[in-house]
Amino acid sequence: MDNKIPAVTMRNITKRFGPVVANDKVWLNIYRGEILALLGENGSGKTTLMNMLSGIYFPDEGEIQIDGKDVVIRSPKDAFDLGIGMIHQHFKLVDVLTAAENIVLGLPGKLDLKAAAEKIRAICEAYGFEVDPAQKIYDMSVSQKQTVEIVKVLYRGADILILDEPTAVLTPQETDKLFAVLRNMRNDGKAVVIITHKMHEVEELSDRVAVLRHGQFIGDMPTAQTNAQEMTNMMVGHPVVLNIDRPEPVDPKPRIEVKGLTVRNIDGIVKLDDVSFTANSGEILGIAGISGCGQKELLEAIAGLQPVEAGSISYVGDDGTREELIGKDPLSIQQMGVSLSFVPEDRLGMGLVGNMDLADNMMLRSFRSGRSMFTDRKTPHSLAETVVRDLEVSTPSVSTPVRRLSGGNVQKVLVGREIASAPTVLLTAYAVRGLDINSSYTIYDLINQQKAKGVAVIYVGEDLDVLLELADRILVLCGGKVSGIVPGRGAKKRDVGLMMTKMGGKTDE
Amino acid sequence: MNKKNQAPLFYVSKRGSIGWVRAWAVRGGAVLLALLVNGVITSLVTGENPLQVYAAIFDGSFGSSRKVWVLLQNLSMLLCVSLAVTPAFKMRCWNLGGEGQALIGCLAAAACMICLRDAFPNWAIILCMIVSSILAGAVWAGIPAFFKARFNTNETLFTLMMNYVATQLVSYYCVVWESPKGSGQIGIINPNTHLGWFPQIGPYKYLLNILVVAVVCVFMYVYLNYSKHGYEISVVGESERTARYVGIKVDRVIIRTMLLSGALCGLAGLLLVGSTNHTLTPTLVEGRGFTAVMVSWLAKFNPVWMILTSFLLVFLGRGAGEIATNFGLNSSFGDILTGIILFFIIGSEFFINYQIHFRRSGDKEDNAHV
Repeated sequence: MDNKIPAVTMRNITKRFGPVVANDKVWLNIYRGEILALLGENGSGKTTLMNMLSGIYFPDEGEIQIDGKDVVIRSPKDAFDLGIGMIHQHFKLVDVLTAAENIVLGLPGKLDLKAAAEKIRAICEAYGFEVDPAQKIYDMSVSQKQTVEIVKVLYRGADILILDEPTAVLTPQETDKLFAVLRNMRNDGKAVVIITHKMHEVEELSDRVAVLRHGQFIGDMPTAQTNAQEMTNMMVGHPVVLNIDRPEPVDPKPRIEVKGLTVRNIDGIVKLDDVSFTANSGEILGIAGISGCGQKELLEAIAGLQPVEAGSISYVGDDGTREELIGKDPLSIQQMGVSLSFVPEDRLGMGLVGNMDLADNMMLRSFRSGRSMFTDRKTPHSLAETVVRDLEVSTPSVSTPVRRLSGGNVQKVLVGREIASAPTVLLTAYAVRGLDINSSYTIYDLINQQKAKGVAVIYVGEDLDVLLELADRILVLCGGKVSGIVPGRGAKKRDVGLMMTKMGGKTDE
Repeated sequence: MNKKNQAPLFYVSKRGSIGWVRAWAVRGGAVLLALLVNGVITSLVTGENPLQVYAAIFDGSFGSSRKVWVLLQNLSMLLCVSLAVTPAFKMRCWNLGGEGQALIGCLAAAACMICLRDAFPNWAIILCMIVSSILAGAVWAGIPAFFKARFNTNETLFTLMMNYVATQLVSYYCVVWESPKGSGQIGIINPNTHLGWFPQIGPYKYLLNILVVAVVCVFMYVYLNYSKHGYEISVVGESERTARYVGIKVDRVIIRTMLLSGALCGLAGLLLVGSTNHTLTPTLVEGRGFTAVMVSWLAKFNPVWMILTSFLLVFLGRGAGEIATNFGLNSSFGDILTGIILFFIIGSEFFINYQIHFRRSGDKEDNAHV
């Protein structure tokens, strides 16, 4: 491999955003016929580096060579001309157009959708994709949309592919499919770069890993010669313990009882169908399921944000009193004295206000307190300071808009606020999505602390490995129905995966 | 070196943050540059000495004490409408109906002056004027707000259309209440009895308006920045989903804020009829409802900065009128100069938020030794 000319050589690349150095003299080689995993914590500059390769940013210093020749990439079009294609975390597709229309969008020449569809089929066959060229994007699942994005860059002749956290939104089965396709591409001689946080994926898929830390290039090595522990240590800069605590629940008592819950969305589609379960105090109830199987509706129904068609959700107090939560909005639930905290999936679109600073975001929960017409700014300000100190949020100050913080820090701010009100019920949706290892473990610790305080935690997760290590019981959703509830201790990943795709997880005899 | 291998001539990147002083230096530079460009255009197109033209613009606002008072009066009326539309804007609810809301306030005030003059004493008429024009403005904004909150209609189009309804209504009543008969105009209302005319503070005809608007300005600053309502407005504006998540009743906040917005527009209409003009015409508000949009945006919805931006716009407007009469130029020429100045001021924000990197000469050599 040493004598091969790299497909891409990035030399001495530096990129600054104002005073922040996102990439500091980074060197990186990318080879054909190889899958490179680019590792690093949030804010370590992985995406920035790849964005410079795909023409979105222009480096302040340094140079890029493609196949040994100096090139300058001024725009995404330049990158395409050089055969570089990037699949972003947030898809860039037009919802009302078909797959084929999206794929040819912006290409020069006459519009010939038939010929395009032919070519798309050929690409799909070559690598094992499944795309219907005539299907509209809004009809597609997340994984189908991602496939369209990949076909789009292949259609344009890309042979250097960059995927930014492609598995964050996929189920285990979909991930396997994607990996098979990526291996096909590698065997076809394409260069593939994948940005990810998930160690087991790196080990499973990649041929080589490269690690960035705080914008600096730390090193690269063949995947076969390293392991998860070593890679994590390189990313974080110090040894990290990769175990999640799971203390035995202390004195669990029913806290939330859901019976026969049925929810339809705006389009009248049933999202939750006759769901019943009990969440106990001092216990973590994990919710597993393919994305879009009703997890969001379930949490929002409990939080009073989702109209419910049938069923009941009762809150059981410490003294055994029962309160019905259905039909109440978040304000009346709060006024009933039920301390319910909710860490939603969409942190900046729902849990926080991106343009407001930390202190003002703390105020979201408490601004009504007191009789005065005016808001009390002191308490939230000191709460913000406490959260920054206790959870080690890295921020210039508490008056920085939260949208400027990295994903992990945003999540710490949100979780910090939600647990500050001493909740009795804590709902979390994808609490560690997009977070690096260090931040993820901070969040697991915080959730475990709440559990130890006797909080009933409902944890919706996507990483089965984590669910199996963290949750006391796991409720598996399948198409809006309860496919089964299994104890977290001793549950097998394969069984839970099957339950996610099939009611009860039993294969047909 | 072939063309393909050249670094781009320049590229743009976002600035981290820019110091207070440098930001204002950029803005000041923009104004100077605009004056320079205007000077060149003035001498090229009209052959006048640009310095004399600028002096005339300045004279238009500060030439005499009467002109200063007119400037302050216009400033305060524009500021009043701008303050009125701001809470709605801060909520990302584009109330473009300030014109109609103010005009309907004018109509309500004039109606009280005309219809009640034979029945009520002066103080009762004034009281009715105050209540009815504020109410009328609120209703005019409340209708689109109700439909937005209930059926999610587009408030921009709705409020815009309400302007035309208001204009047509006023045109109609101008004929109904015409005086003298057959003129199609209302003329000065109650010219002899002064019924419904607001009291004048000492010899200063416009002082009452200015004081009222100053109070509104302070109120709006405190309301938006320190009150619970103001906080709710910001949250709803930034993200309705976040607002629902923390239990803010979004519909209620939209309607409440638009009612306030309309009520203050109605107040502007009240002052225009009761204190300044004592008459009613379909063009009485003089497009302030639309200029207010610019005042509010330029000041980034900050009531204190809005004093500055409305001053700027009124000052330029008065200056444009002055050079039109002084130099016998078409009044559009003043508007051209105003447009250029605004272009530079708005454009300067780009340079405050972004940085431009030019290709350094000798770039290649710099890297050669690496």
